[in-house]
Amino acid sequence: MCFTENFMQYLVNGLANGFLYALIALGYTLVYGVLQLINFAHSEVFMSGGFAGYFVLQAVVGRQPHGLMSVLMIVLGIVAGACGGGLIAFLLERVAYRPLRRRKAPKLAFLISAIGASYFLFNLAGKEFGRTSLSVPYIFNGTNSGIAFTFLGAQVQTMYLIWAAAAIVLLVSLDRVVAKTKLGQGIRAVAEDAETASLMGVNIDRVISQAFVLGGLLGGAAGFLYALNFGVVYTMGFTPALKAFTAAVLGGIGNLRGAMLGGLVLGVAESLPLSCVNFNWQDVIAFGILIVVLLFRPMGLLGERLGRSA
Amino acid sequence: MTPMLALVGVEVRYGAIPALREVDIEVRQGEIVALLGANGAGKTTTLRTISGLVRPSKGAVLLNGRRVDQVPAHQVVGLGIGHVPEGRRIFPRMSVLENLQIGAYHRRGVTQAELDHIFELFPILRERRNQEGGTLSGGEQQMLAIGRALMSKPQLLLLDEPSMGLAPLVVEAIFDIIERIRDEGTTVLVVEQNAAQALQLADRGYVLENGSVVMADDAETLLGDERVRVAYLGEGAA
Repeated sequence: MCFTENFMQYLVNGLANGFLYALIALGYTLVYGVLQLINFAHSEVFMSGGFAGYFVLQAVVGRQPHGLMSVLMIVLGIVAGACGGGLIAFLLERVAYRPLRRRKAPKLAFLISAIGASYFLFNLAGKEFGRTSLSVPYIFNGTNSGIAFTFLGAQVQTMYLIWAAAAIVLLVSLDRVVAKTKLGQGIRAVAEDAETASLMGVNIDRVISQAFVLGGLLGGAAGFLYALNFGVVYTMGFTPALKAFTAAVLGGIGNLRGAMLGGLVLGVAESLPLSCVNFNWQDVIAFGILIVVLLFRPMGLLGERLGRSA
Repeated sequence: MTPMLALVGVEVRYGAIPALREVDIEVRQGEIVALLGANGAGKTTTLRTISGLVRPSKGAVLLNGRRVDQVPAHQVVGLGIGHVPEGRRIFPRMSVLENLQIGAYHRRGVTQAELDHIFELFPILRERRNQEGGTLSGGEQQMLAIGRALMSKPQLLLLDEPSMGLAPLVVEAIFDIIERIRDEGTTVLVVEQNAAQALQLADRGYVLENGSVVMADDAETLLGDERVRVAYLGEGAA
């Protein structure tokens, strides 16, 4: 029967995608927390991570690695992706946002600047790296898409395990950094009350930059993880990032755990109905969820916890 | 002797509207100075100018003889100015302990002794240390805001309306603490609507009207002054 048929498989697929959405969504929510601004160029942070991982692996992978070497290559790709994403996020803030902030530009100017930066970056990537999809070198399991095991009828790809493991490590690390470190304390203080934070000695500009970079690290890592499965292409950021934005809103924009939860919920929610309807419905469902959530719970599932101060 | 803090001919504008005109204020080491005036007289703007949140269009702010009016706000605290903003502005979702720790954000390492000192001044904060700041009562929040500013180890403490919205007994407790803070070596500049109590606490006072200093004298003299009595002590002297 529809819905119950292959339920586990759709659940597993949805969770796997959800982990990636969660990683990307954190970039939106971190920046929103400190700036009350949606960084619509985050899709290109994600893409940059994909390309950075791709190029580094192209350079170092000779014959197909096995065993420990595979793990090492995955970690290397994630680190390269994170660095690429972090670097682009850092530059974005410096070039596309900070000058506007200095001039006290209206919010609309930030939005236009973000869209401009986004188009600039992905077209630049298209021009430099070609407009066709490139595969990341096979670094495990023959083709990067083998099945690790079968669980209650669901085939679990090795890829999914990598996504889940990497995402959990990164999500927990970020959560700890924000909760326990001085850097995190600065980010939370600026999110709650930027002016008072500056009275305490918090450099708002620096904290904003740090929030961009932290989000960029996660988004870039997600870009590489995505590329492992789907390859890299200059437009790769558009749909995943827009869905991650949906996930961030779903969880409560500005709320870190909300973004994590929102990512997983969105991944599962857009996946489960696919047992009843054609695969082409997936994006329709995802954005339908966004609209419905906004109608009935504008503050998202967990609310704006990190969010703006009164 | 150079005063600890000096405002010299300070003018602040919000667009075309002048908020402070030619303001001269001095605060000497070890004093409690009260800044009085009606709503909108420029008291809060004066404090915000001292801590770098507002830039003067004319004049200078000097701390121990050194100009600080172009220093970014986040660096002013490192020069020894602690600011307890109007409305307390504690971080509502951080714990009491974290609120205190962030007061020392500009320097490295918070020792238990420093926290213990704050807890000794405000024992209730020790009990509430793991509660979120937003769950405290108004008086407790004011204590937290003062404790947070003290964690920066200021030589000069700016207090903006510490009595606002608090019950008389709580106000009295807060004013006692302010006196003790001064006795422990911190100079205090306090903005108050509650003129009578502020002048009893202070050594000297300034009265602001429409952004200008209209009176500056010893607290006792101001307390006895006819104009001050009529304008500021009439209703607040309960």
